[in-house]
Amino acid sequence: MTAIAATLTSGKGGVGKTTATANIGVALAALGLRTVCLDADIGLRNLDVVMGLENRIVYDLVDVIEGRCKLRQALIKDKRLNDLYLLPAAQTRDKTAVSPQDMIRLVDELRTEFDWVLIDSPAGIERGFRNAIAPADIVLIVTNPEVSAVRDADRIIGLIEAEEKGPGKLIVNRMKADMVRRGEMLGTDDILEVLAIELVGIVPEDETIVVASNQGSPAALDGRSRAGRAFRQIAQRLTGEQVPFDELEAKDGFFGRLSRLVKSGGEA
Amino acid sequence: MDSTLEIKGIADGLLAVLPADDWSASVEALLDAIDRRADFFRGAQLTLQVGEAEARAGDLGRLRDALAAREVHLRAVRGDHPATQEAAANLGLLEQPRTPEPPPDVDAEGGAPGVEGEDSLFVQRTLRSGHKVHYPGHVVVLGDVNPGAEIVAAGNVIVWGRLRGTVHAGAGGEDTAVVCALDLAPTQLRIGAHIAVSPDRRGKPRPETALIRDGQLVAEPWSIEGRR
Repeated sequence: MTAIAATLTSGKGGVGKTTATANIGVALAALGLRTVCLDADIGLRNLDVVMGLENRIVYDLVDVIEGRCKLRQALIKDKRLNDLYLLPAAQTRDKTAVSPQDMIRLVDELRTEFDWVLIDSPAGIERGFRNAIAPADIVLIVTNPEVSAVRDADRIIGLIEAEEKGPGKLIVNRMKADMVRRGEMLGTDDILEVLAIELVGIVPEDETIVVASNQGSPAALDGRSRAGRAFRQIAQRLTGEQVPFDELEAKDGFFGRLSRLVKSGGEA
Repeated sequence: MDSTLEIKGIADGLLAVLPADDWSASVEALLDAIDRRADFFRGAQLTLQVGEAEARAGDLGRLRDALAAREVHLRAVRGDHPATQEAAANLGLLEQPRTPEPPPDVDAEGGAPGVEGEDSLFVQRTLRSGHKVHYPGHVVVLGDVNPGAEIVAAGNVIVWGRLRGTVHAGAGGEDTAVVCALDLAPTQLRIGAHIAVSPDRRGKPRPETALIRDGQLVAEPWSIEGRR
C-alpha cells in the first residue's frame, strides 16, 4: 500500500480542523480504507479526545521520532473501526521537538501500511504548520464562513503554493444556510470567489458535532447527523467519487418550507 | 563620478548605488532617502553598491542594523575595495554570482518623472493574503489581488482581475500615478501621498481607474470612448 498523505490546516484556530480530521478519518475507514490520523499539534493535543482514545495513549509521535518506541507501538487502534488508527501528539513537548524532515520520514513509514494518512495541523503558520505540511501529498484547507477565517485560508493557500504543495482543496465548515439566505453570512460562492480552489465539502453547522466531540464519538459514525453526512461525502470525494453537493437545508420550519414552495411554484 | 545616490530595481530587490566618495555621507544620504519614502522601502531586499569606498565590518554592521530598524533587509554588498569585500564576506553579505545585471536604466534619456525608465514587473498569478510586491517601477498583475496582499510601486499599478488588497502607486511621491483594475475595490488605496478606502459598492463590478484629480483621489469608470 502507498498511502496518500493529506494535511488539514486552516491558519486560524477553532475552525474545526481536528473535528474534520477525526470525522474524515472515520468516514474513510468506514469505506474499508486503512486510515491513520496523525495529530501534529504537539503540546496541545486534541485529536485523541475527539476520537475518544485519550485513555489508551502510551507512546506518542515524539517518542517515535526520538526512538523511544517503535512506530507500531505508538499507533492506537480505534475502538469502533478496524481500519482506523491514531498516532497521538505529545502533550508535554512543543513544536520544536519535531522537524519537517522527521515528519516526512515518519509519514513515509506509515505509507507502506495505510491507504490514507490524515495529518491534523496546529493553527498558525509557524513551525507546527511547516511540520504538518512537509509530508503532505494534498492539503485540505478548512475554513468557516467568516471573513477572518477566509483571510487566513487565503494566506495558507499562498504559503502552500510557495512550498509547491498547492493549491489545496477547500472544506467550508459550520455553514448556516439560513444566515446565508438572509445575507448575514458569507456564502460558498463568496468564499470561492476569493480563494478560487477546488471545493471538496460544505459542512453545515450542527449541534450533534459538539455532543459527538465531547463523547469522543465522531459524528460521521451517526447516520442521522447532517454534519456527519457531509464528512462522509468529503471522504467519498477524496477517493475520487463524484458526489453531488447537498442542498443546504435550513431549519426554518413548516412556514419557511411553505414559502419556498410557493416561491418555486411562482417561478415555474 | 556622479555624486548622487541612485536606487533601482534588480531581480533580487532594490539596488542602491552609493556615491564613491565619503562613506558616512553616503550612508547618511541612503538612510535619509529611505526615511523620506519609508512606505516604499519597508520590507525591501537591498543590495548595496559602494564602488571604491572603503567600508569595514563595523561600518557594514552598523548600516545593517540601521536598515533593519527601518525594516529594510540588507542582502548583499558590492564593492571594489579589497577591505570592503573582506568585510562583506565576513558578514555573509557577499553576493552569490548569478544572472548578469539588467542593462542600466534608460533614465539618462529622461523617462517618466519619478519612475526610472519604464521598468515594469509582470505578475502572472493571484496575490494572496500575506503576499507583498515592492517594485521601483510599474506593476502589472494578471490575476486577483486578494485582501491582505500588498503592492507598493513607484509607478502605476494595473490589475487584470479583482483588486481587493492594499495598493500604493507612485510610492515615491508621484501624484501622476494611476491604479486600474477590472474590479477596483482595494482595502486601502494610496497614490503618492494621498490615501483612500473603497466605498461600499453594490452592483456589478466594472473596470475603473483611480487617479489624483484636482488634489483628490478619485475613481473613474474605464471607458473606451474619450481616451487618447
